[in-house]
Amino acid sequence: MKSLAELEAIRQKVSQGVTMRKDDHAVRIVVGMATCGIAAGARPVMNAFVEEIGKRNLEHVSVVQTGCIGMCRLEPIVEVLVPGEEKVTYIKMTPEKAQKVVAEHIVNGRPVKEYIVGEND
Amino acid sequence: MKEISLHILDIMQNSVTAAADLIELTVVEDEKNDILSFSVKDNGKGMSEELLLSVTDPFTTGRTTRKVGLGIPLLKHACELTGGKIDIKSKLGEGTVISATFVYSNIDRQPLGNMSETMHQLITSYEDVDFIYSHKVNDKEFMVDTREFKKILGEVSFRENAVSLWILEFLKEGEEELYN
Repeated sequence: MKSLAELEAIRQKVSQGVTMRKDDHAVRIVVGMATCGIAAGARPVMNAFVEEIGKRNLEHVSVVQTGCIGMCRLEPIVEVLVPGEEKVTYIKMTPEKAQKVVAEHIVNGRPVKEYIVGEND
Repeated sequence: MKEISLHILDIMQNSVTAAADLIELTVVEDEKNDILSFSVKDNGKGMSEELLLSVTDPFTTGRTTRKVGLGIPLLKHACELTGGKIDIKSKLGEGTVISATFVYSNIDRQPLGNMSETMHQLITSYEDVDFIYSHKVNDKEFMVDTREFKKILGEVSFRENAVSLWILEFLKEGEEELYN
């Protein structure tokens, strides 16, 4: 059973180690979650990122949602922002693709070209 | 939307966009009275009477990327399909309350769906917003007030792995308890 006491324990542990402040220079994974994104299945995509990152215990990776990105028919859209690198925009994402993006792009630094928005989209 | 929890996610985003810093969500499943309802109350910038009148129109939207805003019209449609309705009250400078009622037993009522995913994503994405969430299923209630989390965590972000996963599990367990 999860308890608030556990949360206190987590706070102590995290405070001793490296803390992610709210505006830290972390890798940001931004998931489009406007009406278009939600209807297209963005919530399970975001959840897949959260769980995969949690499973691999990756530090300094932030997963957040955002509003309409403007390319509604290409939703679910995920933007990956690695500090110092150009933003990568993935389109038509699925939970399975999310897992691959974490493994290939986030962990190994190799963006998954097949999922990236192209000129013809 | 496949689940009512997706409508909820959508509507609560509107509150965030309206610069609310306190959003209260109440979900009620009342089988005896054959009702499933939810209400979202926020202290955001609110809507003028003029905007309030047109807000269920798909061509009314606050965003600039597109000319349509389907969130509220879709919710209205989903409620009315089951014999329910939405109600929106708002005051400029004070905030907005949206209530949606569905007829519980109606065959066209979508399932409530995954509330823990919806709440987890809102809570961790918008740390500067306080969320009070109450979910009642008949006689049982699950309540979450993120200000309690903040009191314990202090400067530690909700997005720290360990914290984020704890919040997700906490929500999942709380939801499951309601149906046992």
